[in-house]
Amino acid sequence: MNRILAINRYQIQRLGFGLLTLIALLTVVPIVGVVVFITLKGAPAISQEFLLGFPRDGMRAGGILPAIVGTIYLTIGTAIFSVPLGIAAAIYLSEYASDNIWTRTIRIAIINLAGIPSVVYGLFGLGLFVLFLNFGTSILAASLTLAIMTLPVIISTTEESLRAVPQAFRTVSISLGATRWQTIRRIVLQEALPGILTGVILGLERAAGETAPILFTGAAFFLPRLPSSPLNATMALPYHLFVISTQVPEMPIKVQYGTALVLLIFVLTMNLIATIIRSRARAKRQW
Amino acid sequence: MDKIIVENLSLQYADGTESLQGINLGIKERAVNVLFGPAGGGKSTLLRCINRLNDLTDVKSSSGRILLDGKDLLDPDTDVIALRRKVGMVFARPVVLPLSVRKNLTYGLELAGERRKSRLDAAVERSLTLAALWEEVKERLDEPAVSLSGGQQQRLCLARSLALQPEIILLDEPTSGLDPISTSKVEAALQELKKNYTIVLVPHSVQQAARTADTAAFFLQGELIEFGEGKRLFTAPRQKQTEDYVTGRFG
Amino acid sequence: MEKSLNFREFIITRLIKLCGYSAIVFVALIFIFLMKEGIPTFQEVEPGMLFSARWYPIEAYFGILPLITGTIMVTLGAALFAIPLGIGAAIYISEISPRWMREILKPLVELLGGLPSVVLGFLGILILSPFLRGFLNLPTGLTALAGSMLLGGIAVPTIVSVAEDALDAVPRAYREGAWALGATRWQTIWRVTLPAASSGVLTAVMLGIGRAIGETMTVMMVTGNAPVLALSLSNLFSPVRTMTATIAAEMGEVANGSIHYHTLFFIGMVLFLISLAINITASSVVFRTKKRYERILS
Repeated sequence: MNRILAINRYQIQRLGFGLLTLIALLTVVPIVGVVVFITLKGAPAISQEFLLGFPRDGMRAGGILPAIVGTIYLTIGTAIFSVPLGIAAAIYLSEYASDNIWTRTIRIAIINLAGIPSVVYGLFGLGLFVLFLNFGTSILAASLTLAIMTLPVIISTTEESLRAVPQAFRTVSISLGATRWQTIRRIVLQEALPGILTGVILGLERAAGETAPILFTGAAFFLPRLPSSPLNATMALPYHLFVISTQVPEMPIKVQYGTALVLLIFVLTMNLIATIIRSRARAKRQW
Repeated sequence: MDKIIVENLSLQYADGTESLQGINLGIKERAVNVLFGPAGGGKSTLLRCINRLNDLTDVKSSSGRILLDGKDLLDPDTDVIALRRKVGMVFARPVVLPLSVRKNLTYGLELAGERRKSRLDAAVERSLTLAALWEEVKERLDEPAVSLSGGQQQRLCLARSLALQPEIILLDEPTSGLDPISTSKVEAALQELKKNYTIVLVPHSVQQAARTADTAAFFLQGELIEFGEGKRLFTAPRQKQTEDYVTGRFG
Repeated sequence: MEKSLNFREFIITRLIKLCGYSAIVFVALIFIFLMKEGIPTFQEVEPGMLFSARWYPIEAYFGILPLITGTIMVTLGAALFAIPLGIGAAIYISEISPRWMREILKPLVELLGGLPSVVLGFLGILILSPFLRGFLNLPTGLTALAGSMLLGGIAVPTIVSVAEDALDAVPRAYREGAWALGATRWQTIWRVTLPAASSGVLTAVMLGIGRAIGETMTVMMVTGNAPVLALSLSNLFSPVRTMTATIAAEMGEVANGSIHYHTLFFIGMVLFLISLAINITASSVVFRTKKRYERILS
């Protein structure tokens, strides 16, 4: 039969591999395209005034400093709340928890937190932080909301990094008279640190780019001054981009692309830092 | 004089693997006490009971006593941290901590609260000398411990437990991954060490057991089959199972 | 010295345990607050109205059916794009590409996953929808199709990374066994490796779909935001509205405690429950199928 069709298994393989290569390229080329395209279109807008100045003329001119600063504040705020909590939770799961129904429930809870739509987080943040706890539309409320959203990423990457540390180290440490916490603090955490850092940075990168959770909890379109306390609302890059591309008439295209580029640079830089940490740690590893 | 007396010790792991059944044994002071036998016999389990390392594993049930200088170390009130400083352990694979040579050695001391540099340096030199490693690494103390060879790493592990000045040293197949030269260096070190320390050794071969034993105990599937002074077990065993194993009919 | 050490150890252990359980607390909190503001909907809107086909809050029409169909249509479209692309790319990266290419592709895919959705939506408005309008001769490019394409792009990185992990985890021995029996690499992939990784790949797909359902900004920017009951294929080429976009678009304008307010929280509740269902199914699929495969293949 194969003779008649003049196709053999190897030709099928070559065809199939070719198809899959195409698919992989199709998946990857758009990313590169997006980055290059936005860079080309947005670069003309970048200037000192754009990065350091305040918006004028209904956002159509001037700079986007308050949005940049706002995103930085929100990222820091998210880090403050999510990083210690996330790392501690991961330490619990990796080093202390035994395999029982409670631990499994915790894991299911984490998977669920990871899957909740970002706009639902926004609703939750509105209900709990803005209204119930009366923080108002503020950096505080938005950071707390983003922090809970970022928690699952930090917990799972931290746990993975902790588990990667060879069990033998712990055994040896205990046999030399260390307590469990001493072992964690002196050996396990040190060795897992690069992986933890990578996960934290990637988690914060995602938080920095999110719009929906901050829509009702902390974002404002135009503020004349930079926020002076965590209870102030703030401008933010993702929200800013959203509004100027959908709701402001006669917005210069250059400004839109420029804003998109700044946001992209912010996010990609974090990505780059995380990747560098990860590969350098892999090279230096003593196990 | 028995440093450790094991009284009717039984232990069962939660996953049903290796266990101990009613072990009665005396560990002689300042001697090389050898526990030998085929895999799964319970030798490692017994070692891990002595320094309470089994606390970290899933043990379904255990009973019996292990008396160290007369006090039962399985008692829940025992200060386990102090116990582990008194009872050092060397594992089958050389596991060096991801630290420098020096830091590996001072790790246990620093945990115990020792801060004085003079004391720490003295401990480093003392323990490396006892492990017959000082000459080889004295120039490399601040290099990562992983840069040493396999045999050197294992002697470093020995030195590491010696740094805490224990009374007892447990060794679980310490030379199983080593070449013959490194093996003989370790065995020679043990002969020196037994003058001041109580050694409990699980050898990786019957030959090693026969070379080093001052007392020997034959374990088979969790039971202590036979126990004897000196090299008697290897030349004139009383139990058929011991004889079969020693002569290589199984194992 | 020992006593204070023990005490500190005790406190630290307790704190860590508390943090460990925090995840459960947060899920519960989210559920409670969604319910608190969403349940009143049942008292204020009759079920008949709530599940009707007209969503026009200004005139007190609160039928969520168009929103549900909008979400389903856009998500299904996204799945059609993302599943073949994602699994294909995962297979390529894991089984076919040379090592050096893997080191380039994996970070690139991860990069795509990190792109803010608002940036994709932005490009969707400026590039994709005018293109669709011209190419397909439509009155507007802001359609379900545009949303599906972009959502597919957003779901692909999730599918690729989880599926690639699953494929990578298949023991080398499985592949070597097949090769030893004379199978080509292509045959091995489809008959041995992929089935062995099936539970992981299935999880990847479910997580990807979950991501698509939950996406807000992109759909809000490119799907046209018309709450139309989307039941036929032609709706793919016209504007729709998803549940997520509805919440995001209208929340800013509602009065606290109004019926509209409560309905939006109700929609949030529905989304929460949908994602809960997907995630619980996804994790149980992993557990069950893994057990079955261990038995068959060992």
